[in-house]
Amino acid sequence: MTGGGPLDAEARRSAVWNVAGAVVDPEIPVLTIADLGVLRDVRVADGRVEVTITPTYSGCPAMTMIALEVELAVVKAGLGPVSVKTVLSPAWTTDWMSEDGRRKLREYGIAPPAKGAGRRALFDIEKVACPNCGSPDTGEIAAFGSTACKSLWRCNACREPFDYFKCH
Amino acid sequence: MATGSIVVTETPLIRYVLRRADDALILGHRLSEWCGHAPTMEEDMALANMGLDLIGQARGLYSYAAEVEAAGRSEDDYAYLRDERGYGNVLLVEQPNGDFARTMVRQFFYSAFIDPYWGALTASTDATLSAVAAKAEKESAYHLRHSAEWVIRLGDGTAESHRRARTAVDDLWAFTGELFETDDGERALIADGVAVDPISLRPAWLETVSAILAQATLPLPEGGWMQKGGRGGHHSEHLGHLLSELQYMQRAFPGATW
Repeated sequence: MTGGGPLDAEARRSAVWNVAGAVVDPEIPVLTIADLGVLRDVRVADGRVEVTITPTYSGCPAMTMIALEVELAVVKAGLGPVSVKTVLSPAWTTDWMSEDGRRKLREYGIAPPAKGAGRRALFDIEKVACPNCGSPDTGEIAAFGSTACKSLWRCNACREPFDYFKCH
Repeated sequence: MATGSIVVTETPLIRYVLRRADDALILGHRLSEWCGHAPTMEEDMALANMGLDLIGQARGLYSYAAEVEAAGRSEDDYAYLRDERGYGNVLLVEQPNGDFARTMVRQFFYSAFIDPYWGALTASTDATLSAVAAKAEKESAYHLRHSAEWVIRLGDGTAESHRRARTAVDDLWAFTGELFETDDGERALIADGVAVDPISLRPAWLETVSAILAQATLPLPEGGWMQKGGRGGHHSEHLGHLLSELQYMQRAFPGATW
């Protein structure tokens, strides 16, 4: 399909992916929704773009904001009209977080989630390295932190408290 | 666009979906009442986080009910515009927060049930229910762990915390039977693989509850009499008060948005 505009469907799809994927999580602005694995799909059909995103947690309050930002970014880039769809399945997991995303999280001071986010990761004793000094000598202060996706930890070596992006 | 109460055209599927949504919404609302009042900052955040998960689960289910009913309603209409008798949540979740021990015991009784329930519902033949369950299951696992840890800590804590936890277990026990209740409509959905038979989860629930209460040095209540009514819309006096707060804005300013 090349009839609709200057870009063919595939080029437009990839351009939308880049623009939408660059939208950041309003609660963790160091991560893009591509890093998080929240951006799931981009489709172009009949001249319209449909972007699919998935929530991290059922009640994540950032979703409405993310959907709006995606819409704005795509329209601003001249790639609209666009609609944003939210899907629940397959359920988001921290295993979808990119390596680049994990590195950015660590540099931002948040310990990235352990890989293998199943029940074992959840209920085994978790080993979390301090994002500040790298020490494995850390302990959980609170299982629920400043956002739904984080818990609060403390490093026994450098004594700094830090957020841990929970396995999910 | 003044809007009064709505009456939902309930098919067995809609009734089933609304019951699950109502459990999550009402318990989520109860937890939100702790916001700013919990005994410590960490618990304040934990209770608000769990409440947010539950309200998120409710939203997914209400949206699905709206899709199935196809009467032009939104998720908000079910939450804000149904009267008390239209709510199908179990009595357990509408019980007042009481002290911190009561809130944690209530959460534990519910989470020990709903966590395996969501797990089983991921195999539902209904794609939307399966998707909601797959997300909810991950969240309920955290709720179960957190509330179980507190039940142990309080039961096996000081004489005062033990007394309070024990009173909560004894008082709330009679509301746990309703978790396993079904009706004809729901049994048809179970037969079709859409819903999960809660009775099949009772042994696992009892095992979890027995193990945690034992660790908490709290006796497992023996009374067999169970209070029911919530699933059929017959609620305790507490739900009406809760709804008057939850629904106030939409009732006072119909159709208000922000």
